[in-house]
Amino acid sequence: MPDLEDKPRLDREIIAMRVAKELPNGGYVNLGIGIPTLVSAYLAPGQVVFYHSESGVLNCGPLAEEGEEDINLINAGGQFLQPVPGMSYFGSADAFAMIRGGHVDVTVLGAHQVSARGDLANWMLPQRGVGNVGGAMDLAAGADDVIVAMEHTDRQDHPKIVEECTLPLTGKGCVSLIVTDLAVVRCTPDGLVLEEVAPGWTAEEVQELTAARLMISPDLQEYQL
Amino acid sequence: MTESTAYTKVFDSPAAALDDLFDGATLLISGHRGMGVPESLLRAVIESSVHDLTCICHGAWPHGDDSVDLDDLVKAGRVGKLITPHGFDPDRPGAVRSLWESGKLQIEIVPQGVLAEQLRAGGAGLGGVFIPDGIGTRFQDGQEVRRFNGRDYIFRGAIHADFALLRADSADLFGNLTYRGSQRNWNPPMAMAARISVAEVDEIFEPGGIDPELVITPGIFVKRVVQTL
Repeated sequence: MPDLEDKPRLDREIIAMRVAKELPNGGYVNLGIGIPTLVSAYLAPGQVVFYHSESGVLNCGPLAEEGEEDINLINAGGQFLQPVPGMSYFGSADAFAMIRGGHVDVTVLGAHQVSARGDLANWMLPQRGVGNVGGAMDLAAGADDVIVAMEHTDRQDHPKIVEECTLPLTGKGCVSLIVTDLAVVRCTPDGLVLEEVAPGWTAEEVQELTAARLMISPDLQEYQL
Repeated sequence: MTESTAYTKVFDSPAAALDDLFDGATLLISGHRGMGVPESLLRAVIESSVHDLTCICHGAWPHGDDSVDLDDLVKAGRVGKLITPHGFDPDRPGAVRSLWESGKLQIEIVPQGVLAEQLRAGGAGLGGVFIPDGIGTRFQDGQEVRRFNGRDYIFRGAIHADFALLRADSADLFGNLTYRGSQRNWNPPMAMAARISVAEVDEIFEPGGIDPELVITPGIFVKRVVQTL
């Protein structure tokens, strides 16, 4: 097999574009930090999504222009938001009641590892200090649907989809869909199902860079944008 | 502001409002990602001589400019322990990181939504709450787990603090508070969960100066008010 490390992969924006197709019209959605933040740029024309932020803002819109930043209008990642019609504000306890109470339909999170059973590890690399759990654990437990948006392998090209997570867990069995720069993988009670592959990639090549067994969907197709 | 009202919760200065802060006290400090922190109150704590504080907050987030943040409080040697969802950014130097690495600062990481609910429970007089967040993770270790309606929940005790340092937009003399935008974040649950809540605000009104419909934190949760400096 040729060296897969050098084979072109999809970029972060394309991952975000693919995730955007999963968001329901009129849905309440929480976007994590990193690739997930990019998702909001790729809604279908006419599609309405209400973005929820743990910083206590509902209906978050685009980021503020330079010079227009207001420290009292930020998202969960501390980025400055533009004020948009239809926003509402609330305190932290209510922000998490929305998540835990099942009122947030979808959360999109980044990940260090996802396991064959849909376990998620995304808050701590033990060699890098005490960790930053933020609201990830609450989102993993609370949102109806957890979508992971990430690169398929880490910087050393180690697979991030693994049989068992070796890093501290954020949640068990919480992930429903994994969207990467190589593939779309669904987490099912029977295991991971490969549903889509990036253009130019085969299911075998994706499996090569995945440390858990992938079942190939009978409807396997090219990445759908 | 006029002198017509006999009763007021307004103190002359942040230092006066924190005069009874003591060594080893537990402090709740509002702000999200280092934004919207009560800077004047933090400065008063930095300039005090108390030590060994336990600070419960969203994180230390060094600002990297001359504004005051929680990292400055740690740097000043006031803090013995941080309880927070965010330890420190390993790519960003700061006092929290260096003091933790040298063993002079304890850090306890707690999921953000768990912390919010522990505060609300404390403020509402509950002993604690059963929370699904963190089931199957290291946050379950050593905790009581109970199953309700087929789902597992972890028991987390309520938080009661000695002081809360809040940041709001406006207050009246009775301590009723309003906020601006995402500034609200940690203030409402923290205001409830402390014995003495001190609010730093931009504007202070006579009673009646704030429409009661717009009050977010009722004055019963706020003991002291100071003008931001």
